Amino acid sequence: MSYERRLLIESAAGVIARHRPPQEEDASWSAPLWDALEEHGFTRVSLPEELGGTGGDLADAAAVARLIGQTAAPVPLADTVLVGGWLLAEAGLPVGDGPCPAAPSTDGARLERRPGGWRLTGSLPRVPWGRFAETVAVLAATPDGWAVVAVDAADLTAAEAVNLAGEPRDDLMVDAEIDAARVALAPPHVDAAALRRRGALARALTIAGSLDQVLALTVAYVREREQFGRPIAKFQAVQQQIAVLAGEVASASAAVDAAVLAEARGAAPWPVAVAKAEASSAAGRAAAIAHQLHGAMGFTDEYALHHLTRRLWAWRDEFGDESEWWIALGREAAAAGPERLWHVVSGAVSPAA
Amino acid sequence: MTAGVETPALLLAVPEFGAAAQELRQDVRRFIDEARAAGDFVPRCDAWLAGFSADFSRELGRRGWIGMTWPARYGGHERTALERFVVAEELLAAGAPVAAHWIADRQSGPQIYRHGTDAQRERFLPDIARGVSYFSLGMSEPDSGSDLASVRTTARRVSGGWRLNGTKVWTSHAHHAHYVTVLCRTADSEPGNRHSGLSIVIVDLAAQGVTVRPIQLITGEHHFNEVTFQDVLVPDDMLLGEEGAGWRLVTAELSLERSGPERFLSTFALLPELMRMLGPEVGDRAAAEIGRLIAELCTLRQMSASVAAMIDAGQDPVAEAALVKDLGTRFEQQVPEVVRLVARADASGEAGATFARLLSEAVLAAPGFTLRGGTTEILRGITARALGVR
Repeated sequence: MSYERRLLIESAAGVIARHRPPQEEDASWSAPLWDALEEHGFTRVSLPEELGGTGGDLADAAAVARLIGQTAAPVPLADTVLVGGWLLAEAGLPVGDGPCPAAPSTDGARLERRPGGWRLTGSLPRVPWGRFAETVAVLAATPDGWAVVAVDAADLTAAEAVNLAGEPRDDLMVDAEIDAARVALAPPHVDAAALRRRGALARALTIAGSLDQVLALTVAYVREREQFGRPIAKFQAVQQQIAVLAGEVASASAAVDAAVLAEARGAAPWPVAVAKAEASSAAGRAAAIAHQLHGAMGFTDEYALHHLTRRLWAWRDEFGDESEWWIALGREAAAAGPERLWHVVSGAVSPAA
Repeated sequence: MTAGVETPALLLAVPEFGAAAQELRQDVRRFIDEARAAGDFVPRCDAWLAGFSADFSRELGRRGWIGMTWPARYGGHERTALERFVVAEELLAAGAPVAAHWIADRQSGPQIYRHGTDAQRERFLPDIARGVSYFSLGMSEPDSGSDLASVRTTARRVSGGWRLNGTKVWTSHAHHAHYVTVLCRTADSEPGNRHSGLSIVIVDLAAQGVTVRPIQLITGEHHFNEVTFQDVLVPDDMLLGEEGAGWRLVTAELSLERSGPERFLSTFALLPELMRMLGPEVGDRAAAEIGRLIAELCTLRQMSASVAAMIDAGQDPVAEAALVKDLGTRFEQQVPEVVRLVARADASGEAGATFARLLSEAVLAAPGFTLRGGTTEILRGITARALGVR
């Protein structure tokens, strides 16, 4: 990792440590933390400066998103930088202040052309932090192709819901005239699959960050916790499970790193599919080991582990669980055929390429 | 929870294959396609242990694909570890017969290069690189498996060399190989340091007093042997490294031994055959199972290459290699378990026969994957210790 990126992460970690709400509050949203991160430019990392971004590249954004997972910070930073903000910027729309998630679904709302503008009607299910969004980025079909809409919060009504980590996943209703300046046709590489891929990348990153911290907490715990007169780290049964946990964490991390690198070089459906599949499947197995090694302590509200594991259990299902991405990979592998299977694996490229 | 940046995870950076490596990959693929078309080999599982072909190894040597990372003056080709990785993974994925030279190329050669005298390098390395000199490993004994430091084979000083006595087991291809590197006790261990007093000697398998007896496996194949040394005279110049440095030599090459593509590709040959049977359109269940294997394979391959890149960078990633081997060998074990449930039970004809053969090879070889080169349990101990859990 470059020195500059390390500085960026340390700086963001400092902001999170200073401004996050106390852990016992179990918050899923913190306006002071969001504001502090925004003030330091972290909420617009990697977005083009002419559209309101603060520069940096995808790897910088990925590093910050991973940190959000590691610290279980209650802000939609990954959703804003990697998904909603990305969607607006790809279409050339400016990215304003405040949380800007994307609507994960592309078929709940209808976008129709009107004299002097557009009309958007329908529902946007399970929008991350929808009720706190200033803007929601929506990808909608039009007769001319995909269009991106920067929907103002004032035009949305939220039916509040949460995921199993308590994070807002609100169903938003919209029935509004949209100013032409807030709508733009998407470039050819931006479509429903691309949006899902970016969402998957964002979740894979926060999962990887969370897994790092799950391992750190668990290692620390088994070295401290004493039973039978010695730290439980001395027992081989415990050591072996730590190693399995480390393997889960390392695999997810490696897959996610590769996906970021590939995505930075152009749309990378295959590596991102691998990354989300690996991260999602590691999430469940790692959470199970961490809880087993923590004993009943890890299962209590007052201990930090559940802030991580409840997010892992939620995030692994969002933007495609491992089964969805496995099926995508399996279908592509089958389409590539027996003679090209290894080429696809070793090139880690789309079989269609 | 702190907002710490440092975590104790083992880090494996994404490796970058350079242009030279990609060009090399195309060369190897062309060669493999031609060799298969010419009927020079039939793909099989576990080919790096079970696929023995002197002709094939000689041809690889001729093409400069053995001893790739060694200096030219020892017959090497001064390539990087990542380039060696590319050649190895292409050959293994194709199920090509590479067993004859595999141990010499991966382990004995690098060991001789790193720890041997110049005379030893000049004597052994060029022939290994030409693909005509094979080595076996004399490590385990009937009473020494995972606890390797407990070996009882002894080498006692005699005029002009050492007198070797003892028995080694699981000695792959000792019945074909020219030499075996033997871990033996050359002195009693010092109190409190059971790794002391061990040395490695290179033994000519044609020497008087060496007996090679086959150990048949459940696969029905013979590549393991029991090798007995009875008063075998080992000349002075066959001691590898310093006297008493045996343990250091054994552990020094572990990251090379444990992290390579042979730790996750042993059953890969099954997958293309499965795809051939299923055809280009698969149902959700089959797609999910195949996709799961593919996702794991892509990730393992990347992690394994990452260890090769660390070796290129002069690091000695022992714990990372242990982690990759644990994950990789569990994966290659899992492949036949998944594939058998996805495959159509009524497969018949030539494709069905090929698939059935590969599947039985994989199933029968699988128990060995998580034993050879360090058992899963030993590897996990190494990983845990690297994380401070011990």
